[in-house]
Amino acid sequence: AAPLTAAKGPFTLDEALTPRKDVTTYNNFYEFGPDKGDPAQLAPSYFKPKPWTVAVSGECAKPGTLGLEDLIKPHRLEERTYRMRCVEAWSMVIPWVGVPLAEVLKRFEPSSKAKFVEFTTLVDAEIFPGQRTRLLDWPYVEGLRIDEAMHPLTLLAVGLYGETLLPQNGAPLRLVVPWKYGFKGIKSIVSIRFTETPARTSWMKSAPREYGFYANVNPKVDHPRWSQAKERRIGEFLKRDTLPFNGYGEQVASLYSGMDLAVNF
Amino acid sequence: MKPLVFALCLLPLAWLGWKGYSGLLGANPIEATIRELGDWALRFLLIALGVTPLRRLTGWSWLGRLRRMLGLFAFFYVVLHLLSYVGLDQFFDWSAIGREIIKRKYITIGMLAVLLLLPLAVTSTDTMLRRLGGRRWRALHRLVYVIGPLGVAHHWMMVKKDLTQPMIHAAILAVLLGWRLVAWHNARTASRRQESPCAASPPSSA
Repeated sequence: AAPLTAAKGPFTLDEALTPRKDVTTYNNFYEFGPDKGDPAQLAPSYFKPKPWTVAVSGECAKPGTLGLEDLIKPHRLEERTYRMRCVEAWSMVIPWVGVPLAEVLKRFEPSSKAKFVEFTTLVDAEIFPGQRTRLLDWPYVEGLRIDEAMHPLTLLAVGLYGETLLPQNGAPLRLVVPWKYGFKGIKSIVSIRFTETPARTSWMKSAPREYGFYANVNPKVDHPRWSQAKERRIGEFLKRDTLPFNGYGEQVASLYSGMDLAVNF
Repeated sequence: MKPLVFALCLLPLAWLGWKGYSGLLGANPIEATIRELGDWALRFLLIALGVTPLRRLTGWSWLGRLRRMLGLFAFFYVVLHLLSYVGLDQFFDWSAIGREIIKRKYITIGMLAVLLLLPLAVTSTDTMLRRLGGRRWRALHRLVYVIGPLGVAHHWMMVKKDLTQPMIHAAILAVLLGWRLVAWHNARTASRRQESPCAASPPSSA
């Protein structure tokens, strides 16, 4: 990982950071394998950094395929410390480095038909050995409603702990949506598409009863197989209460006013 | 032989303790501990179920003398697995545990397996065997044919996505139980043949 210079951004938390070692060794990234140790273990021998391009397409005036540099460079890198709540009921506090997704998306001038944004992870079994199995229906796909994508909390991250992302954390480019479960934070993005309809995301395809499109952190709506009321903060012994919208309700609850969050889980 | 196997059976626990002490259990040591103890509980259950088929196939009668100890080690790891869930994961939050047992089917099934295992552990002594009598004791201990599938189902249902391990366990269990079914069927037909003298040699005139 190479060092990054970033200015302190807004919304940064004042909570104890999860140690870098835990953030970089305890990962759900099935492109490497189903165990949380797999990504850190396999990435060094498989993942090779290569010229990275991102295709931006769909309902926008200025679609195009850009190199990573060209996508990020026009913006000022910010450091933002966010809570990360995994759907498996554990959590971390991570100092991300990135740019607000909204600023990047605006450059492509989404049209009035752009109601949703769809993100796709690279498919390449040479560098993602997990893609040789049928664990998920590759490529990994995630999506946001346009207002969620444009929300100032939503981050397109290129680093953490002041350095560029390691493969296990989604190098070189990933999504961070702090009020949603971690699986919404799609890693190693190669495609961003503006669409009229919501994407059928990977986990929805895999287990529609268990994972919905919104995936907002909600202590009142349990996963069918476990409670979401509490979480274990990595490094802590006792569980803590899970906060609605992962503690970001003040900023985002209004996006969902009038919606039944038990139905739109 | 027995003391050596006894020591071997404690190795998984020692290894777990060592990993915990040296910080090798990763970022979520509590989860890792519970999972590993559960894995070993299942493995010992399968090993104990494997004793009789292996003894019959190899003719090594000394294996039979290890069966009770291996079964008790399955119980031992089940208890540790349960204690770590109650104490480490839920921190004795009894109302939360109660809700989970009712609400989460895989936990209901796991608890049922523990409950069924309890009388087997209690009646594992020679005294209890004598008191019950061999016939009733054997009938009671056939509960393990239910406990095994419950244990495998418990694991299967809690896995998020990768079913490789539960599938391996299920396959081994199917072989071990299937072998018994075949052996039982063979024994029945054999005894039926003995009972009716005509069956052994077909009637010469008809």
